[in-house]
Amino acid sequence: MMPELGKYAAEVLSAYAVTITLMVALLLISLRQSARTRRALRDVEAARKNRSGKESATDV
Amino acid sequence: MSERLPKPTSLWEYANPRRFMALSGFLLPFVAVGTAAALLIGLIWGFFFTPDDYRQGSTVKIIYIHVPSAMVAINAWLMMLVASLIWLIRRHHVSALAAKAAAPVGATMTLIALATGAIWGQPMWGTWWAWDPRLTSFLVLFLFYLGYMALWAAIENDDTAAELTSVLCIVGSVFAVLSRYALVFWNQGLHQGASLSLDKEENVSDVFYWPLLFCLAGFVGFFILLILVRTRTEVRARRMKALQARERMA
Amino acid sequence: MIALLKRDLALAIRAGGGFGLALAFFLIVVTLTPFAVGPDSATLATIAAGILWLGALLSCLLSLDRILALDFEDGSLELLATAPIPLEGVATIKAFAHWLTTGLPLTLAAPVLGVLLHLPTDGFFWLTLSLAIGTPALSVIGTFGAALTVGLKRGGLLLSLIVLPLYVPTLIFGAEVARRGTQGMSADTPLALLAGITLATVALLPFASAAAIRINLR
Repeated sequence: MMPELGKYAAEVLSAYAVTITLMVALLLISLRQSARTRRALRDVEAARKNRSGKESATDV
Repeated sequence: MSERLPKPTSLWEYANPRRFMALSGFLLPFVAVGTAAALLIGLIWGFFFTPDDYRQGSTVKIIYIHVPSAMVAINAWLMMLVASLIWLIRRHHVSALAAKAAAPVGATMTLIALATGAIWGQPMWGTWWAWDPRLTSFLVLFLFYLGYMALWAAIENDDTAAELTSVLCIVGSVFAVLSRYALVFWNQGLHQGASLSLDKEENVSDVFYWPLLFCLAGFVGFFILLILVRTRTEVRARRMKALQARERMA
Repeated sequence: MIALLKRDLALAIRAGGGFGLALAFFLIVVTLTPFAVGPDSATLATIAAGILWLGALLSCLLSLDRILALDFEDGSLELLATAPIPLEGVATIKAFAHWLTTGLPLTLAAPVLGVLLHLPTDGFFWLTLSLAIGTPALSVIGTFGAALTVGLKRGGLLLSLIVLPLYVPTLIFGAEVARRGTQGMSADTPLALLAGITLATVALLPFASAAAIRINLR
């Protein structure tokens, strides 16, 4: 399955490795930040709703 | 975020954070699937099923990541410029947050373009790095990204940060273009011409063309996906800050 | 406006800040260069023009945060913002005062330090000319950077990070003039471009600086 990369195998593979590492890292960091903020916001909104039940929670 | 909203009558209504969240939440899965598909097709096609170039050997396969990342790196800055202008002129918060969200993505893409370029340059030009105008302007672009992100991080008040970074982005864009032409003047290039342009003569040959198009679509999709995710994070963070500030006032 | 200029000049000289400091820094950079690249006079002669430009640029950078920080701390910047002269004018004057106390002395010192670096005879005229034309742009761009970071506690390093990429075109053309002049080539084209950058930044950037100051004062 592996294509014949010839004498430049190291270069090609390392270029792909660097790219994929950086892109996956960026994606994971973004997703983790997203999850963390979403959880924190949910907590804050829940706490707020508990305290003042009727107040509108739709304003941003 | 699921309340009924009246049907939007203009594009600008998506600047409303709630509308933006609704729309981006809806779009996100489609963008994610599309991006994954395009990237998988493009990279697998390019990596496994394209022939070697008779001069460059297998290093030609690096084109499938080098060209798309370089393109996204430049256009990310362009998108930040547009978003900054929209924020300064029409004062839409989502726009400022989108510009903030784009900077790390653009910086990463610049880094990828520089790294893959260096790896390719070592066997082909016989050097990791040359002070060629294209290479150097990417390095300068990377510095611009760093300065922009540092300014965002340094200012505590979000609105002030949005304003000042917008001003920096606009002034920076002018200087980035100036630097580009200054660099061309400063040193003649080693870098080849455009790989993809409307001028057919200059293009890469057809075997490489189609997988490259898929990769381009994949990288652009990846950029959009990350912008959506990161902007949503910023919108939520902003809302949380506002809520907490209100609590403290009460 | 003249009064403001006089005040800024008096402050810069009396407080002993930017004035002597930038020159001393310039001297140190030039002194350290031979230690780094070796004492061979032929090597030094080829890099002299570039090192002198780079040294002048870094020395200029050193005093940028003083352009607005003092005025911001004691509140006189807010007074200036409400004063009858436009803030764009204030930004221009501030940049001009910075140039008079930093750019001009650096320009005058450069040929003297050029002797230390074995700058070829042809180079002195071109180096001084390019610095005289280029340093106003450095001051104006620096004022913009200072305006962006004026409200920050530790703005100094950030200021450098923001301003240095903006200095790229000025440095390229300025050093190119000095380099070509030194080698006896025609330096007209980069000289015209350098002058163009200076004129354009002096004409346009004060608006951006004033906008940044307004945002920071709000």
